[in-house]
Order: sequence, then structure tokens, then C-alpha cells
Amino acid sequence: MPFEALVAGCLLYVALMFGVAFAADRAASRGRAGWLDHPAVYTLSLSVYCSAWTFYGAVGYASRSGLEFATIYLGPTVVFTGAWWGLRRLVRVARRHHVTSIADLISARYGKSNRLAAFVTLIAVIAATPYVALQLQSVSLSFEVFATDSLADIPMAGGGGTALWVAGGLALFTILFGTRNLAADERHHGVVTAIALEAIVKLLAFLALGVFVVWGLADGPADMLSRIEAAATGHGGWLLKPDRWTALLVVSGAAVIALPRMFQVLVVEAADEDRLAVAGWAFPAYLFAMSLFVLPIAVMGQQLLPPDANPDLYVLTLPAASGQNWLAFLVFLGGFSAATSMVVVCTIALATMISNHWLVPLWLMLRRKPQSGDPEDLRGFVLNARRLAIGAVMAVGWVYYQATGGTAALAAMGLVAFTGMAQVLPAMIGGLVWRGANRHGAFAGVGVGFALWLAMIFLPSVGIGAPPSVPSGVDPLALAIFLSLALNTLAFIGLSIFGMPDPVERLQGLSFVSAVDPIRHSRMARGADQAEPLLVMARRVWGAEDALRFFQSEAAFQGRSGYLPDLTPRFLTRLERRLAGSVGAATAHAMIDSVAGGAELTVSDLMQVADEAQRAKEETQRLETARAELARTARQLREANDKLTALSVQKDAFLGQISHELRTPMTSVRAFSEILRTPDLSDADRDRFAKIIYDEAGRLTRLLDDLLDLSVLESGQAQLSVTPANLHDLIERALSAASATRPERVFRVDREPLAEYVGVITDPDRLLQVLINVISNARKYCDAEPPVLSIRVRRSLRGGVQIDIVDNGSGIEAARQSLIFEKFARLNDPARAGGAGLGLAICREIMANLGGDITYLPGQGGAAFRIALPRRPPVPANAGLRRA
Amino acid sequence: MLDILMIEDEPNIAEAVRFILTREGWEVGLHADGLGGIEAIRGAKPRLVILDVMLPHRSGTEILAELRGDHDASLAATPVLMLTARGQATLPAPQADAVLAKPFANDELRAMVRRMLV
Repeated sequence: MPFEALVAGCLLYVALMFGVAFAADRAASRGRAGWLDHPAVYTLSLSVYCSAWTFYGAVGYASRSGLEFATIYLGPTVVFTGAWWGLRRLVRVARRHHVTSIADLISARYGKSNRLAAFVTLIAVIAATPYVALQLQSVSLSFEVFATDSLADIPMAGGGGTALWVAGGLALFTILFGTRNLAADERHHGVVTAIALEAIVKLLAFLALGVFVVWGLADGPADMLSRIEAAATGHGGWLLKPDRWTALLVVSGAAVIALPRMFQVLVVEAADEDRLAVAGWAFPAYLFAMSLFVLPIAVMGQQLLPPDANPDLYVLTLPAASGQNWLAFLVFLGGFSAATSMVVVCTIALATMISNHWLVPLWLMLRRKPQSGDPEDLRGFVLNARRLAIGAVMAVGWVYYQATGGTAALAAMGLVAFTGMAQVLPAMIGGLVWRGANRHGAFAGVGVGFALWLAMIFLPSVGIGAPPSVPSGVDPLALAIFLSLALNTLAFIGLSIFGMPDPVERLQGLSFVSAVDPIRHSRMARGADQAEPLLVMARRVWGAEDALRFFQSEAAFQGRSGYLPDLTPRFLTRLERRLAGSVGAATAHAMIDSVAGGAELTVSDLMQVADEAQRAKEETQRLETARAELARTARQLREANDKLTALSVQKDAFLGQISHELRTPMTSVRAFSEILRTPDLSDADRDRFAKIIYDEAGRLTRLLDDLLDLSVLESGQAQLSVTPANLHDLIERALSAASATRPERVFRVDREPLAEYVGVITDPDRLLQVLINVISNARKYCDAEPPVLSIRVRRSLRGGVQIDIVDNGSGIEAARQSLIFEKFARLNDPARAGGAGLGLAICREIMANLGGDITYLPGQGGAAFRIALPRRPPVPANAGLRRA
Repeated sequence: MLDILMIEDEPNIAEAVRFILTREGWEVGLHADGLGGIEAIRGAKPRLVILDVMLPHRSGTEILAELRGDHDASLAATPVLMLTARGQATLPAPQADAVLAKPFANDELRAMVRRMLV
């Protein structure tokens, strides 16, 4: 393709970009942003991550270092899929504070410190300028490919003229569309739409080349895979190095947030956090598509092109060498798109930082006392400062490129920028999640990280000083990354712990971390006449029309006519936020304070601020508590309902059981009473039947007694007669009373008389009842021969007593052990011996009334019960020691 | 052949019922557990079964269902009189031919058995 046609096509493409940006800006300014706000546009604009480094350099990287290039795509993928909630939080906080750049975010969080912002700006400029140079270099190189016939001797810095044209054109574009307005939300619809379009061109170009390489040059995917495998085996650098991989993953994950251009598109240009829901999967998908054909292109380049061809240019030289001129042109446009979109966004971000944190504060300092009527127009100054900064960044980038003669590998310079900006991350993340983080910590962390980065990574990369000597086997880059980030974080945490945050910082910390928005009360409400100087100031920043509109709407909100609202805290906060969107948080804060806040904050003001913040926090907590309370009440109601339902079912079952237990003896009584009237009955029968009636009547009486007893015990109405008693006597009496049960069985009773001489304070009659019940049960059910009953008494830790009553029978099967204390537990028991199954239920209730309990001890050989008594029974509200 | 097989675990009730019905001239057999109840019916092939509902191990209702599902059609059709102590409110399965709530009048029992045996 002739060089002139290339230039013409290129200019046409540039004109298209200008047109798109212009149309989008116009649509947005007329309030018809519509599809411009679509999450897809946002997602595509994120692809500014894939700069010329990724477009050209990834293939070069892959051909030098094998699979390692993939980390550059994996880091962001991990961040977007694994930490999407963190990104949402970041965008939410940044939107609320009208943050304009990463330096502004850090400054806003740490007490609106402009020094911190200026420092972060410095790092960004140092890290990013070579990166901009890199893009210019890649564009120049790609022009060279078309301009020369030989693939081998492409000069590194030969395209100085081309680069100058490119830099000039980009500066013009950036100034035109990057500084059109000073909108409070600092969004650039035109630029974003243009780079979204460029993102599509990038992707299509790369995919088209990939398809050509796999199906045109190689013989389909299978052939491609075997070629890759062959290349991999002959190449030691393809091995995975865990330390380097981890370091690169961390750094590229950090870069996707912290690089100035990434922060610009990810946070500043985001209309709201919701579009991250789409970007969360769509951006990783885009990265995946961009990385798919990197290895095939690298391998085919190595195999088909002369060995001295520059791997960074394989994407262009491969199609050119195969005579695919149109494909080469498409690829060229893709690379051109990658470079230009990166440069434009990066320059905008840097220019915003430079003007907001370097130039405007300087201007304010020089004009400390802006009197009303001051002809100086701040709006004009800010816009011009940005234009100047854009021009300067571009110029420095070009000069850097010319001076260094270009770097040999595109990828190296990109990594330098990545690692530099990563140093801001600990302070940023810490500021979002930790209220204790403060300015001293942020300064220390960023400072330490910056110094280490400068010494270990940046300066060696530009040939000043040698890279630090490291033990063999340790990767120097990985070591530098880990060391700088670790010491950075350590310094950040350390000084945050030992330093005191100032009040503004405390407030911002509260707002960033707990999402509570403290209302500023530091400036007292004053009359509307005070608003005039603020309006004058705002007009300088936004221009007369925008400022007037804002003041009018604020006045209307307060119910005032005209355009001068009262200086309420709400108004001042909103004004400051809006101003922060144009000039940065620190400057806006200083500006409003200089007009409305008097001089410095007084101590009582600060107390009020702290008080207000505390109250806001308490209010939030109160609401939270109320909400939790409501949820709890609802749950309790639900539980109560379930319980009532269960109780009703239980009651029915209980009534059915009582009915059965009453009707059974009554049936015998009734039937035999009738039979007794039969005339020809033998005397023996008559006696026997009368005895049955007598026994069954007794059974009825006992049942009724038990039921009454149980109901009294369960309702807690039982009168306890608490008195000191000797346990030995009680056991003695219980044994003799229980011997009436199955008197024919002779039990050996195994006791420890000494241990039994223990005084207890309890209701002895009730305890006796329990003992008799348990011992009688043993007599009834113990099936061993000879039967042995053992009674062990032990003092428990808190002054209570434990009585274990164990027999040597077959015990109670495990499945029934949990049921035996339930009412009518014996109902379906084949071995039921006349009782209704209320005995143990009564025992349990008695022990509960006495403040102790009765439990079944599994695994003791036979049936084993433990009766535990407290030192003395609790005193219930309705019972007590009245009869004691 | 047995006239009546009674399955009832309460010994006193069983004795009363047996006494009443034996005096009417019927031969009455007794099985005192839910377990083995259906086998006892199969073995005795009685003309009438008197079945208590609440039995240890297997309830009368279960035994009744088993009986009605027996592959011997004539056995499955054996008339069954159920005794329940749960009151009228919880009269058991409709598969029974008659239900008698405890406590009952002896005449009532006699009349019901007579009707079922005819």
C-alpha cells in the first residue's frame, strides 16, 4: 500500500473520530445522551486499558517470554470478577464526592489535603509520561513499516517527524474535546464515545488478524496448537515463574484501577455504579477476545519472518509480508486506535490533575485575597491551565521519545507505569475500608512506595543507576514489586496507627468508609446577602449561566425567590461538591472557606462538626437498630405462630392420650360392674371381678392425681416447701417406699453411705417423689438376675449434689432415650406396667421447679438416671419460702 | 373354627369381653399384642375380629389395613369390630365394619357382635 494512501486513510479515520466525538458531545449537551450512557459504551471505553503496548507489545512480549503476557489480561479479569463489589463501592464514593481523578480521591479522603494530591499527581506524571512516549513510538514504528520495504532495519526513533504530527494532532483532539466544558461531573461524552468506537476497531482488527493467522497462514487450530507446542518446548522462557506471575498479576490488577486513564474511564466517566454490573463480565470478555490470538501470532511471526524482525511489529509485518495490504491497514488502524485512545484519555486525566492540584492552588496562593470585582476569571484560568497541561504532557512525551530514542521493548515501559501507579493503591483501598487511615499514613505509604519504585524500577529503566543486585534465582522485578508494595502498606498502616487524623479527615473517613454523609455545620447559616461573593466565585469557575442556574435552583429549594440562597450547611456542601468536580476537593474546600467560612475552623466549630458526624452516625445506627428490631419482631411473630400451631397439635394429641388413659380403666370398671349383676356368678369370679374394679378405680385416681400434679408443676404454681434435709434419710425412705413395687424382686442395693450424708436445701417431699419414681422404675423394668441397683452421690462444682441411680438391666434403647421424659411416653411401650407414662414427666417438672434437672445417662450398662440438685432452689416470683 | 378373635392388650378389658361373649355361646380367642396380630388372624380364620386401636408395636388400624389387603379374599372380607378409647371424635378407618367406643355397655357389645355374626 502506498504511503500516501496510508496517510490519507489515517486522516480519514481521524476525521471520523473527530466527527463522532463532536456529535456525541452535542447530543450530550442537549440532554440527549441516551444511548451514550449505555453500559456497553462504558465497557468499551474501559478497553483503553489495551493500549498500543497490549496491541503491538503483547505479541512481542509473548514471543520473548511466552505465556507471561497473559498476566496483563488476567489481573484486570480477577479484579473485575472477584472484586466487583469493591469497584462499585469505589465508584459510589467517588461519584458522591465528585472526584475528578485518583489524586483528587486520595486528597478528598485524607482531609482534602492538596499536598497529598500534588504528590500523587507527581507520581502519575512521572509514571505516565514515558508511557505516552511509548504510544507515540508505536505509532511512528507502525508508519515506518509501511514506509520501508525491508522488515529488518526499521529504526527505533526514525519517525520523529511522524511522532510530532501525531502528538500535535492528539493534543488538538484532546484540547478540543477534553476541555470543552467544566461540568461538575467532569464527564466527556465525546471522548468516551470516540474511544468506544476505537475499542471496536481495535478488537475487530486483532481478531481479523488472528483468524488470518490461524486459518490463512497456519492450517487451522489443530496445526496452530502443534506449532505453539513445538515453539514452547524449544523455548526456556515459556516456563511459568510463580513469583513473577504473582507480582505481574498484582500489578496489572492494581493498574486497571489506579492508572490515571483507567481511573478516568472507570470512575470519573461512570454515570453510576450500576453499569459495573455489565462491565463486570463484559470487560473481562473483551480482554479474553483481545488475548486469544496473541500466542498464534507470536509463534507464526517467529516461524515465518526473518529472525531479526522486531517481534513488537509482528502484527503488522505478518500480514504485510503475506501481501495482505488491507488487513495490514486494518491492523494499523487498530494499533493507531489503541495508541491514540490511550494518549487522549491519559492526557485528559493528567491535565485534570496538573491543573487542579498544581496550577490552580498556585494561582489561588498568588491571589490570596480575591476581592469582589476582581477581573480575573477563574473559569478561564482553569480551562487554560488544562489546555496548557495537555500540551505540556504531549510535548514532554514527544521530547522523551526523541531523547531516549525509543525503548527496545514496548512492554517494559508499560510495566514501569503499572508499578508506579500501584503505589497509590494501599492508601486508596485503605481509605475506603479503614476509618483509622489518615494523611500521615497515606503520605508515608505513597512516599516509601514511590521512593522504592523510583530507585528499583523507574531509574534503572531509563538507564540511570543499575537495577538492585538480587540473589540469583530471585526475579528482580517481582522482588521490587513485592518489596515496594509491602513497605508501602507497612508504612501506611504504621503511621496511620500512630498519627492523629485532623477533624476534616475524620469526617471524610466516616463518609468514605461507613457511607454516612455528615452534614457540615462548621459554617454557620447566614443570610442571603452573604451568598453574593460565592456566586461571583462560582461564576468564575462555571461561567455566569451555569452558576446562576445552580444558585437559582438552590434558592428555589429553600423556598426563596431570586438567585441568592441562604448559606445553609446543605447549600454549602452542595456548592463545594459541585466546585470540587471542577477544581478538585482541596481547592473547592479552600475556596469556599476563603469566602464563606471566615478564616480557619475554630475549635468549637470542629466540636460541632464532630458532634454532627457522631449524631449522623448514631441516627444511622438507630435506623439500623430499628430495622433489625422490626425484622426480629416479624420473626418472633412467625415463631409464635408456629409454636401455637405446634402447641395446638400437641394439645390435641395430649387430649387424645388422656382420653385413652381415662377410658381404658373406665371400660373395665363399667363392664365388670355390669357383669357383677349377673345372677349365677361363682364367688371366686365375683371376688376377682370386684378386685379388678377396685384396682382400676385406683388406677384412675392415680392418673387424675398425676395429671393435676403435672399441671400445677408445669404452670409454675407449685408450692415448694424448702427446708434443709439429709440426703441419706431421703434415699433410705425412697428405697423402702419403692420396695412395694414388685415386692417379690429382691434387689441388692449398692450404696456409698458416707457420701450420702450430705445436707441439701430443697423441698424434701418433692425430691423424695422423684427418688421413689426412679427407684420404682428400676424395680419394675430391671430384667437382670440378680438385680442390682447402685446409688452414687457426688458433690458438684457449684455446691450442688448429683445423685446417679443405675441398675444392671438392659436399659433403655437409644431411640427412646430422648422420649422417656415426655408425657405418656410409655403409651406404645410393650413393657408398660400399668402406669400411664407420666412419672418421668413429673420428675422432670419437679426437678425444674427445684432448680435442678434429671437426665438419662447413656452407656452405663443398665438404665441410669442422674438427678442434679442446685445448692438451693431458685426463688420464683410466685412461690418462694413462704412455707419454709 | 373360632367364632371371634380379639386383639386387645389391656388384660382386664380382654377378660371382660371374653367373659361376656363366651356366656353367649361364642368361642373367643385372644391375642394381646399388635405384633403378630395379622398372623393370629390368618391362623385362626375367625368369623369376626374384635380389634383394639391402640396396641403396642402395631396399631389396630395398621392390622386392619393389612387384613383388608390380604390375597385371600375371604379372609380379607372378615368382619371387623374396632374398639377405640379415643372417643367418638377419632373414630378410625372406614374399613372397619363397626366401631365401638370405650367404655361401652355390655348389651351394646353383645348386640353388635350378634348382628355381625349372623
